[in-house]
Parts: sequence; C-alpha cells; structure tokens
Amino acid sequence: MNFLNILTQLAEVDPDVLDRLNPRRAVFSSLGTVAKRSAMAATPVLLASMFQKAYAGTNAGDPVEIFNYALTLELLESDFYKKMQASPFFATASAADQAAINQIAKHEASHVSLLTTVVKGIGGTPAAGVTFKTTTFATLTSFAKQLEIAQLLEDTGVRAYKGRATDLQGIADVNIPGVGTINPLESALRIHSVEARHAAHIRTMRMQTAWISGSGDLDGADNYKGATPESNVTQAGFNLTTAGIITPGVTYTAADVAASFDEILTKPETLALATPLIGA
Amino acid sequence: MLIPSSAAPLAAADYIPHLPNAGRRSFVKYAGAVAATLTLASCSKHNEVPGTVNIGSADGGALNFAYAQEQLQAAFYAQVLAGAYFGNLAVGSAEQQVFAALALHQRIYVDLLKATIIQGKAAPIQALTADFSAVNFSSRQDILRTAAQLEDLAVAAYNGVARFFTVPAYLLLAAKIVSVKARHAALVRDLLTPNSFVANDVVTLTEGTSLERAQTPAQVAAAANNFLATGSKLNVINLA
Repeated sequence: MNFLNILTQLAEVDPDVLDRLNPRRAVFSSLGTVAKRSAMAATPVLLASMFQKAYAGTNAGDPVEIFNYALTLELLESDFYKKMQASPFFATASAADQAAINQIAKHEASHVSLLTTVVKGIGGTPAAGVTFKTTTFATLTSFAKQLEIAQLLEDTGVRAYKGRATDLQGIADVNIPGVGTINPLESALRIHSVEARHAAHIRTMRMQTAWISGSGDLDGADNYKGATPESNVTQAGFNLTTAGIITPGVTYTAADVAASFDEILTKPETLALATPLIGA
Repeated sequence: MLIPSSAAPLAAADYIPHLPNAGRRSFVKYAGAVAATLTLASCSKHNEVPGTVNIGSADGGALNFAYAQEQLQAAFYAQVLAGAYFGNLAVGSAEQQVFAALALHQRIYVDLLKATIIQGKAAPIQALTADFSAVNFSSRQDILRTAAQLEDLAVAAYNGVARFFTVPAYLLLAAKIVSVKARHAALVRDLLTPNSFVANDVVTLTEGTSLERAQTPAQVAAAANNFLATGSKLNVINLA
C-alpha cells in the first residue's frame, strides 16, 4: 500500500486533508527520520486511526472539553462512593473492604479537585453538580450490589480515559496555577492507571479476575460492549490468536489475548452508559 | 530451592523453537523446562555506548522502551514459573493461576511489541538478558516483592514515555496495555500486602492529588537496569 499516494488522492478530493492531519500532531512534518517513518507503516489499523483523527468532530483535541468530560465521570464516581460510605450497608463490609472503599473515595475526590483546577487553569468552566441518581442508588440493597456498580464505574472510567488519550497527543505542557506545569496526556494517563488499580481491586473484592477476562459475572454488561468489544483479539493489525502469527509454533487463546488488553469506550458510548446514572 | 547458577543469567524468552500446541498449559510446562536454557543472539546495531542498549528516539524509541520492560517482565515470570515456589503451588490454586496468566500476558506483549516495531520499519532492540540473581525464586515474599516492583515500574514507564509517541495507533496500543499492567500491579501488591494496591509509594497520596507517581524514562531505565545483565542495560539518552 502506498501511503503517500493515498494522501495525494485524498488531497485532490479534499484540499484541506493535509491541514486536517497536520496541525496538532507533527506526524507528517518530519517524516525524514527513521522513527517517524513508522508513521508510514501503512497498515490498515494505522490508516484508519489517522483518518478518524483527521476527520473527527470539531471538538476533538480540545483540552477543556476532554478534561471536563473526565471531570464529569470523576464527579459521578466520587458521589457514588460518598453514597456508598453513607449507606447502612457499608457497616456490613469487612474492615479491609471499608478501608479500600474509603481510600478509593479519597482518590476520586482529589481527582475531582485536581481536574476542576486544571479546567479552570486552561480557561474553561469546570463541570459541577454531577451526582449519582438517588433512586438508582436506592435499588442497590447490599454492599455486594454496590460493589457491582463500583466495578462497572471503574472499568468504564479506565476505558473512557483510554478513549481520549490520542486526543491529548501532542498538546504542549501547560502551567496550571496551584498545580504547576503538567503534560496533559501524561496527567490523564496517571489518573487512568490509578483507575485501573481501583478496578482491579474491586474486581478482586468481588472474586473476579483483576483484568477483564471475558468470563466474569458482569463481562456481558453493556459497559464492556463498545464498538471494539473486550473480546477483541486483534491488536496493531495482528490477530493474536492466529497460529504462529508472531512466534512460530506459539498460539495464544482468545481468552488470554483478550485479557491482556483493555479496550476503549468512545465519548458517546461512555455517555450512553453514564447519563442514565446521573441525576438528583 | 535457588535456581542453579548454571541457569543464570536468563534471557527474555523471545522467538522460541517449535512448540506444538503451545497453549497456556504447555507454555507453563515449556517455561518450566526450557526457559532457563534459552539464550538469544543480539540483533541490535545501535549500541552507541559500549555495553548498553540504545533504545532509540521518538516512536521507535518509545515502542522499544515498552518492549524492554515487557522483555524484563517476561524473563521474570518465566523464571517464576520455573522456580520452586511456583512448582509447589497446587494446580488450579489462585496464585498458580495468577502467575501463569501474568507470564502469558507478558509473552503476548513481548511478541506484539516486537512485531509492531518491525511493522513500523524501526529496529527492535536485542533480546535482553535479565539478571534476577538477587531474587530467591523459592520465596513467595521475594517473588511478589519483585513482581510488584516490576509491574509498578512498567506502569510508570508507559505513563512517562507516552508523550514521545507521535503515531496515534502506537499511543492507543500503549494505553491498552498500561491499564492491564496497572491491574497486574494492583493484584500482586494486594497479594504481597492486602489493600496496598494504591499505596503512597505508587500514588501521590501525601500530595493529595492521587495520581500515579511519575518517572521519567531515565529514572525507569535506572531502576530496570538493576535487573539487567551487563550488555543489556538500557540507554535512553535519545528519549528526552
């Protein structure tokens, strides 16, 4: 596949394509270096990804929008854990489980505080007042049922942050008053991995594998069915279950491959899951 | 029982000889039987500093940096599976399944990252030779402590190197892996010390921001080099 030919053809149809591709990410501005020539690997997955980026909605890559989206999810999580702590069922949990939830709740509260500061610092109006719907919470009539929702929220959070990582790619470091200089992508990823630790622990509390295994009791839930499902076995264009696809003689099972990668949820997919949970 | 000295240092298992039906079960057997004897030739032509492995720059460097972490971990878990502690675990016990799964996940990452680097027309670094001579593979405590160190280190490595990716597909791939590494890290930390999945040494609790603690590629490399043999130590000078 000749990647540059495709670009040329696209440019004939859409003269702005190079501008669309270029401005935020310097992918094409320095193709001279060996490493960056990997951008020309011209695999279908790579092409698809780049063109999705180039033609994504006009808000793609707006840090205020991205961090407010993250803040909305953190507000929802934070309020959920506050309701958990205030629930009569909390006292029925073991001391260790209570300590874990208290710790996670503290994290979510500080993520809310941090993201609020960041959104303000980059000139936006921070999201606020997002709460977990009281009537829905009232249907969770045991600590175990509350933990189910916690697992879904945490795994969804992981997948939501992941879904926006490439929108933060190439955005310059920014100085946030009261926080210091941050790299927006790195900061988001440093929350992302903490959310993954939460998800792992809650799954362990529920006797599930720490990772999304495809055999857990909730793994059929809508949260795990984005356009790219958690059962996906193709990464970077390689179907990793194909016999000998990478290493001659070695075949990985679909379950093992799927367990090794977390997939993304797009913003519309995430909001479709989260919005029904948000309310007074 | 310590690993016989003749078995060390181990190489990260890379391209391996034909293994009919090498699913999880036979991989476990394979790793136990063969990992200790694997040695692999260097394929790197980029050792600018004698005795170090220059991982390169930009996308190729960032992928190679991840590839190095995964090689190190794959070598570690292969040695765990070959060791006395794992050998004495009941088949089907929780820890037996955990270590078998972790070893397998690492193999998948090593394979996929190497293939992705080659596909991207960059040069993969050599097969690294790990040195876990300080780890007692008959000790649960030693194994879990080292596993936690390596998993936490890998999370920090991916988080810190992310900004060097210019190709969205590579960043996305790294993001898909790093959250599973964080799950690994949380799990092995909890096995070592209950409820330590987000302790202050890995998450900024005292600072009140609750972020994964950051490490630059140079800091990660310095820590990883403690587990890499002479000739396999990482040089990240071009990744800054």
